[in-house]
Amino acid sequence: MDRLEAEIAEWREFVERSPAVDNGDVDELEAHLRDQVTDLTSVGLASDEAFLIAVKRMGSVSELSREFAQEHSGRLWRQLVDSGAAQEEPTAGSWVEMLGFALGAALAVQIARLAAGFPTEEPAWLLRNLSLFVLPFLAGYFARRRNLTLKQVLLSALPFAVAAVVVNVYPFDPSGSTEILVAAHLPVALWFVVAYPYMGAVLTSHEGRMDFVRFTGEWFIYYVLIALGGAVLTALATLILEPAGIDSEQITEWVLPSGAAGAVVVAAWLVESKQRVVENMAPVLTLIFTPLFGLMLTAAAVVYLVTGFGDAFDRELLGIFDALLVVVLGLVLYGISARDTTKPPGWMDRIQLITVLGALLLDLVVLGAMAARIGDLGFTPNRTAAIGLNLVLLANLVGAAWLSIRFLSGRGSFHRLERWQTAYLPVFAVWAAVVVLALPPLFSFA
Amino acid sequence: MVRIDKDLVAATATPLVLAILAEGESYGYAILKRVRDLSDGELEWTDGMLYPLLHRLHRLGYVTTQWRTPSGERRRKYYTITDDGREALTDQRRQWETVTRTLGDVWGGLDLLPFSLGRA
Repeated sequence: MDRLEAEIAEWREFVERSPAVDNGDVDELEAHLRDQVTDLTSVGLASDEAFLIAVKRMGSVSELSREFAQEHSGRLWRQLVDSGAAQEEPTAGSWVEMLGFALGAALAVQIARLAAGFPTEEPAWLLRNLSLFVLPFLAGYFARRRNLTLKQVLLSALPFAVAAVVVNVYPFDPSGSTEILVAAHLPVALWFVVAYPYMGAVLTSHEGRMDFVRFTGEWFIYYVLIALGGAVLTALATLILEPAGIDSEQITEWVLPSGAAGAVVVAAWLVESKQRVVENMAPVLTLIFTPLFGLMLTAAAVVYLVTGFGDAFDRELLGIFDALLVVVLGLVLYGISARDTTKPPGWMDRIQLITVLGALLLDLVVLGAMAARIGDLGFTPNRTAAIGLNLVLLANLVGAAWLSIRFLSGRGSFHRLERWQTAYLPVFAVWAAVVVLALPPLFSFA
Repeated sequence: MVRIDKDLVAATATPLVLAILAEGESYGYAILKRVRDLSDGELEWTDGMLYPLLHRLHRLGYVTTQWRTPSGERRRKYYTITDDGREALTDQRRQWETVTRTLGDVWGGLDLLPFSLGRA
């Protein structure tokens, strides 16, 4: 019998090596194997014969791990092994490749900065076009990495071309607010454009969309880390070079814009290649911040519900609320994407529901105040953009809250909630595009 | 013994597993045994392939799972069908009934010829 135990342990170890099979799965498979061995020995087979047959019936381990990988792509999401052979990424090649695109973005921003005379002058066109200097390089990087066909590359480029024309041809009123709205919404719209090459030109797959959400969250974390490192570096460089009589302002002027632009591509590359490092960090971060944001949102909603907005409800506060809601939604979305879909409802899901309900309450309070303001003073570009965003968020939050409640009460599956969010993603993209394309002409570029 | 095509086995797997679970909660090994019994051993699965399928059904919310150790037995993961799962099963059943009826109609018609020739 000891021999059998040793053989089972060896088999188990072999199966465990597959990254798509977790411990619970191996336990389950082992129970199956033991059941089979017991049945076979009870009809007279020797235990080693029984083991051989049981393992044979289980199927080859590589085939098994491939099937598991297909079902649990989230567990190894970038090291997908769908074609079977573990694909070795040509890391060195993609490193050089990435650098080309990062340098392109850095250069484009630098040229634009020099042309604009920034920071002595701050022409509005620079702000409006900023994302157009950077994100095409990110899209290009993914187009290359995913081996898109020429037609698909052209399709990815088309929205950038349209945006470039629109943003520069629209006769914006220099004192108006549509210009600022466009500058704020264009990066969001273009980020969704990057999703097309990122997802390998297949936009319909819900799993692909979830991957893009994960990518976005992890890209953000990496970008912040790079920014922090960059800040420390600049500060130290300033301290060291100042005594030598070198004007540090000049360094920041030159280095900062290019660094910030190049880091967009570098962060994407890090997400792509150093997946696992962040994978461990990301769930911890959502674990810490989801409850904190939930608490803050609920507190804010209650405070403003009790005191009313009074005079405090100005444009800036509105912007802050909207930013807060967007951040919370990002956190919720990211939390969903990082969750193991097979786990039963837990306390983290409850906290997330409370956060969503807090956001919902706050959104309703803001919407109420805004509706009153629009009733009094009519529509302006700012109010239209804000109320639109709040309605888009409201619909999402209501759906998310409803499906969370169903999931927590055991009447719905987590899958539904996930589907709701991935199905909703295009709504955000469309709304950002509407603000960029349709809002300025509607308000005659005021 | 009829060799059943791989694609066909894959297509029947979901309704078959759901139908077996609709009879009552079960675990992987028992489900496979039931499949063998029902098909008189003609529907052969690679055992391991059942588990990714079960996990998919779980993700879709068609089944719930629970680790349990019945007295005197080993610890196993039990699967129970949900209302969503029953709904999916009904839907699958409708599709299969249409398919088998259509095939039956067309083959029933063709059958006449060889049979009458054989009997003649």
